[in-house]
Amino acid sequence: MTDTVRASASLRRRLTLVLIGGAAVLALLIYFFVRHYATQIAQQGQDEVLGASVTSILDAAVIRNGTLEIDFPYASLSMLNTASDDRVFYAIYRDGEVLSGYPSLPRRAVEPGGPMSWTAVFDGTPVRITTAARRLIAAEGQTVISVSVAQTQDALAGTLRNISQTVALFGAGFFLMATALSFWATSATIGPLKRLTTSITRRGPQDLSPVAKPVPAEMIPLVSSLNNLMGRLDHSLRQSEDFIAEAAHRVRTPLATVRSHAEATLQRVEKEENRKALRSMVRAIDESSRAAGQLLDHAMITFRADHLERQTLNLTELVTDIVSRLEPVAEMKDIAFRVEAAPVVPVSGDPILLQNAIRNLIDNALKYSPGESVIDITVCMDETARLTICDSGPGFPPEQMAGLVDRFARGANAEGITGSGLGLTIAQDVAVAHNGHLVLSNRSSGGACVTFSL
Amino acid sequence: MRYLFALILCLLASVSGAQDWEDRQRFGPADASRVLRVLSSTDTALFEPLLRSFVAVNADTAIDYLVASTSELDQIFRQTPEAYDVVISSAMDLQFKLANDGFARPLEDFPYPGWAQWRRSLFAFTSEPAAIVINRDAFAGLDIPHTRQDLIRVLRDRPTLFQGRVGTYDVRQSGVGYLFATQDARTSETYWRLMEVMGGLQTQLYCCSGEMIEDVASGRIAVAYNVLASYAVARADLADQIEVIVPSDFQTIMMRTALVSARTPRPAHAQVFVAHLLRQKAAAGGGSATSLPGLDLTRDAAGQSTIPLQPALLTYLDTLKSAGFFKDWTDAVIQ
Repeated sequence: MTDTVRASASLRRRLTLVLIGGAAVLALLIYFFVRHYATQIAQQGQDEVLGASVTSILDAAVIRNGTLEIDFPYASLSMLNTASDDRVFYAIYRDGEVLSGYPSLPRRAVEPGGPMSWTAVFDGTPVRITTAARRLIAAEGQTVISVSVAQTQDALAGTLRNISQTVALFGAGFFLMATALSFWATSATIGPLKRLTTSITRRGPQDLSPVAKPVPAEMIPLVSSLNNLMGRLDHSLRQSEDFIAEAAHRVRTPLATVRSHAEATLQRVEKEENRKALRSMVRAIDESSRAAGQLLDHAMITFRADHLERQTLNLTELVTDIVSRLEPVAEMKDIAFRVEAAPVVPVSGDPILLQNAIRNLIDNALKYSPGESVIDITVCMDETARLTICDSGPGFPPEQMAGLVDRFARGANAEGITGSGLGLTIAQDVAVAHNGHLVLSNRSSGGACVTFSL
Repeated sequence: MRYLFALILCLLASVSGAQDWEDRQRFGPADASRVLRVLSSTDTALFEPLLRSFVAVNADTAIDYLVASTSELDQIFRQTPEAYDVVISSAMDLQFKLANDGFARPLEDFPYPGWAQWRRSLFAFTSEPAAIVINRDAFAGLDIPHTRQDLIRVLRDRPTLFQGRVGTYDVRQSGVGYLFATQDARTSETYWRLMEVMGGLQTQLYCCSGEMIEDVASGRIAVAYNVLASYAVARADLADQIEVIVPSDFQTIMMRTALVSARTPRPAHAQVFVAHLLRQKAAAGGGSATSLPGLDLTRDAAGQSTIPLQPALLTYLDTLKSAGFFKDWTDAVIQ
């Protein structure tokens, strides 16, 4: 059955991939977001220091006796000292004319007021420039002083490198944890499905009862349709078994009547050909009623196998009992039973089923044994309780041996012998119901051997 | 390209040939395979042992040791940075500006404490305080000044004795003099009071520490302010005539710095030379009496009282700022 199920992508793999993929995307998002945010904050920090420097220089600008003086404090540039020894550039302008500092420093027009910061390239390196301007009242009118202070970004880059490393580590940690979690979540999710599969796989072939264990809400539709399907299957199986049993039963009673009539008629007819016809009629009736009986037995076994009533029994006692009951039939064919049995072979099993199986096996041996022969019956106890029945008949056809336990299967050499093909099936079913085995073999000296072990 | 090359050669010739050096000496074998051109503000005598030990170890290298004053040196180097391999100067601010303006080459794989270097391109290797140098005879019977206040008091008390007999750097000429003056001025107002007093006494102005020391020793002036103590101490022959006093109120301590030119044609050898220089001076953690006092690298930044190597050194190099300072200084000193 399993090899006919077509597999699509595994649920576990899909779920894991989706979760890991999601975690990777999240980790990347976190990495870029935090880095971007940190960059902004670090840049803001640098801009603030540059702004403070610019302001302190601007604040120092005064017009004294008509001349501009900018006696800016030592701290104006001192505050720009960084751990990475960033280079510092500045320029002071009056109405757009360079007064002092670095004349080629990139410039932007700025209105008097709050400082403005931007990134530019100066002397081959990227620098952050902050500019602010201030209006002064001179004798000849208004004058605008603007100051730019620039700084390389080595310290900032170092900070960002550190932050990037930390954030990358954090992102990787997050990703690893999310991966571990996704594996855990996947197996937790797949778990109930696996348990359901296991519980169904472990069932016996006859067990069609509904799944009783609680299942997750998502699986309820699946399990209820499974239960439903099994219920219907069970019902229809039971129906067909019942039908067979009913039919066998219904056939058996009229057959008995027909047989007794046929026997009575046999006593009365004289003509040889009529008698012959009647005898074959009786034999056919016997065969039919025997088949009906075995069908009934089989139906009964199928039913009882589900509800095994185990008792502790002595296998020897069971066998000798059946043997003594079949003794008269054997005598009619001049067949002798040679029983070798340990006095007590304890087994735990259903007595009715076991009797049925053993009777069928001995019956078979009787049927296939030639006249004036011996049937060897051994009952012994080694690892398991074991019953061996060997006859001196034609033996099992070796090439058919495996299929003989199937329903209605009969050996190629069984022609002319009444039989339904259910005897070995019944014995096999009983053995399996008791967790035992039925093994067919042939004796080297000729004859079939059946070993029934429990 | 060829014209450019020729032009550079011409420039080189004109610079090396026409330049008027304070001193110029060559160390090492005449047939050396390469010559390192070292531009320095340090008197050759103070550097000679170090240069000799370098050429002794590096036999195939000779050194052309060129001496100029700190301001000249800065101008010369800015004009033709490719003509020199190493620049050594006591003017920390000018050196810092050179490094900040990209004239210095960063040295790779060169471990050095952060406070004693800047951007791995400017390296400090000495620790030299500015000192008051007095003539022992002139101060006979007077209190020896140990602070700037003491010096002001002594000068005020004996104006006739000191009239025309005090000296200091002419900050308009000397880079290191300007550095000492600006650092003094930013540290304490006492500096301006001292300058006014000295100005009132018709102070003599000098370009260099060496001349000031000579004049103090000869008695031409009685006291010199902001002299490089290292130079004065190094003159063991004048120890009987002069006394070197490092002020105890606050000290202005300069670090001599070295850099490798960013455009040197011999970067590897220049680095070897600077490494030798730093090893000899700084690692020694204090020099002998005849050489410059080395830097104690075992102490951390917090334990330093030297002028820190940081962007604030650019402050007094600003044209507006220096114009203001020169004006104030001239007002005070030249009356």
